[in-house]
Amino acid sequence: MAVDAELARAWATGFAAAVAAHKDELTKLDQAIGDGDHGSNLDRGMQAALAKLAGDTAADVLKGVGRTLISTVGGASGPLYGTVFREAAKALGDAPDDAAFAAALRAGLDGVRRLGGAVEGDKTMVDAWVPALDALDGALGEGLGPAAAKAAAAARAGAEATIPLQARKGRASYLGPRSVGHQDPGATSTALLFEALAAVA
Amino acid sequence: MVGLVLVSHSATLAAGLVELITQLAPDVTVRTAAGTEDGRIGTSPDAVEVALRAADGGDGVVVIPDLGSAVLSVRVALEDLDADRYVLVDAPFVEGAVSAAVTAGTGADLAEVVGAAREARDIPKF
Repeated sequence: MAVDAELARAWATGFAAAVAAHKDELTKLDQAIGDGDHGSNLDRGMQAALAKLAGDTAADVLKGVGRTLISTVGGASGPLYGTVFREAAKALGDAPDDAAFAAALRAGLDGVRRLGGAVEGDKTMVDAWVPALDALDGALGEGLGPAAAKAAAAARAGAEATIPLQARKGRASYLGPRSVGHQDPGATSTALLFEALAAVA
Repeated sequence: MVGLVLVSHSATLAAGLVELITQLAPDVTVRTAAGTEDGRIGTSPDAVEVALRAADGGDGVVVIPDLGSAVLSVRVALEDLDADRYVLVDAPFVEGAVSAAVTAGTGADLAEVVGAAREARDIPKF
């Protein structure tokens, strides 16, 4: 499968739609253990990104999404998701194949980890990203479509697995033990991201 | 003289701190990057970059964030600027900014101002 601008646009569009559809759910999760703005912030950012999806390559499109998120979101997810897309775009090159795409997503994850300093178990988006990329890498031989489906399932499971964790990063970390029992909003939106990829890949 | 940038989720919070600092260290250049561009609570890497350039008198700039995502916005801005003379300090917003401003006002260099801001973490209120 060619990882081209059309795929990137379809992915970004699907993600924006999913975030809009789940905005209230994300907000509720963030109200429980954050400052309550994850849903509206990410929705605002992705809606703005929809207007900036022009580009000839997947890298161009993802770079645009990253830049828009960084400039418009205002909360932590702006720099975090923005960096994912920007770093992935940087690593992508002009005509990537499936393996190059997976490697670029890994570069995106590395960028997020460097920026925010989160490790697995901190109850953040990283807890969904790591299993998603491991599943993607493991199933790439089956083609991007099936691999993305496995990544989406792994991301969803990773998000649910954040429920019993105590937050060690972000606004939720100020809550300490009271963050236990709630699903992390950033991990949840990560599941939406990979589900959107699976829908178009 | 070392400059100061205050990065806050709240424009009014940052403005209040600037008022305080202006009383204590009137000669120091202080700029803020606070609230989003459309006036909401939040931080903006673009605004941080503007503030850094405005506060940069050539001797470096110390950056004091209020909460977590302010740190992220600063880090994103600094990645694009690639300048050693802009230093993000893990210091309490008010106390760190005050220590930094007062120290900068004495003509101290970047390392000393950074050190003063960092030490503010350990200064008890009473």
